[in-house]
Amino acid sequence: MPNNRLKPRQYLILGLVAVCAPLGDSCLSRGMTLLPALSLHHPLSLIGAVFTPWIAIGIALLIGFFASYLTALSWADLTYVLPATAFGNVIVEVLARYWLHEAISWQRWLGVVLVTVGVGFVAQGPVHTELPAKETPEESR
Amino acid sequence: MSLPLFTTHFWMAAGMILAIVLTSSTGEILTAGAMKSIGDLDEIRAQSGIGGAIRAVLTCPLFFCGVFFLALSFFSLLFALNHLSLGLVAPASASLTLVTNAIGAKFFLKENVDRRRWIAAILVCIGVYFLAH
Repeated sequence: MPNNRLKPRQYLILGLVAVCAPLGDSCLSRGMTLLPALSLHHPLSLIGAVFTPWIAIGIALLIGFFASYLTALSWADLTYVLPATAFGNVIVEVLARYWLHEAISWQRWLGVVLVTVGVGFVAQGPVHTELPAKETPEESR
Repeated sequence: MSLPLFTTHFWMAAGMILAIVLTSSTGEILTAGAMKSIGDLDEIRAQSGIGGAIRAVLTCPLFFCGVFFLALSFFSLLFALNHLSLGLVAPASASLTLVTNAIGAKFFLKENVDRRRWIAAILVCIGVYFLAH
């Protein structure tokens, strides 16, 4: 694979990394707020929560995130993949503004701009660090 | 949430956030190291199928070390949320973790963290801080 060229499939994996984590967290949050307050005296009630629709969808999305995150780390640097993960927050903000019509403060818009510029910086560079090959005895002569 | 500087509560909060940042960064660096040592999962899957790819990950001890630290990070987060507000813990830990990961990736994973990646890490770090507010 050329150092800074990603295949369409690899862009898809990075897209899944960006989308699955914030959507999964949002589903978990929504599922937990729909439940009555849980008490530490009844920890087994948490197991029941796992089978409610929003929390089950959230867990499935977070499993998808972890699988795609591990796949991305197998061919890209950690410092390349992490900004992609952060870009998911930008997607959530844009969805909140234009889909859910929520008010977004100027601080959050500033956050959107900074993360987008940061991701743009990384995306222009190489995906993977090529470590120097170990010198063989013949080469060292 | 603002904390008065250098009081006992301030140091406790700093310690809890530091615990999250350190365990999370250690977990992510170990997991990334494990995935680098395993190699391209797409190629492994093409050769030995999805079962082969899962086996390659699950037979790597470094991966489990990473998952152990990620689990520690999760419980540190839960502990911190029991004492501090989400508005303080989430932005502080998320943004600091990006910087410590960049440092760890440079020194432990020998990644080429050039000026472009440092600028990106700092921009994303500040951006995540603002997003979480």
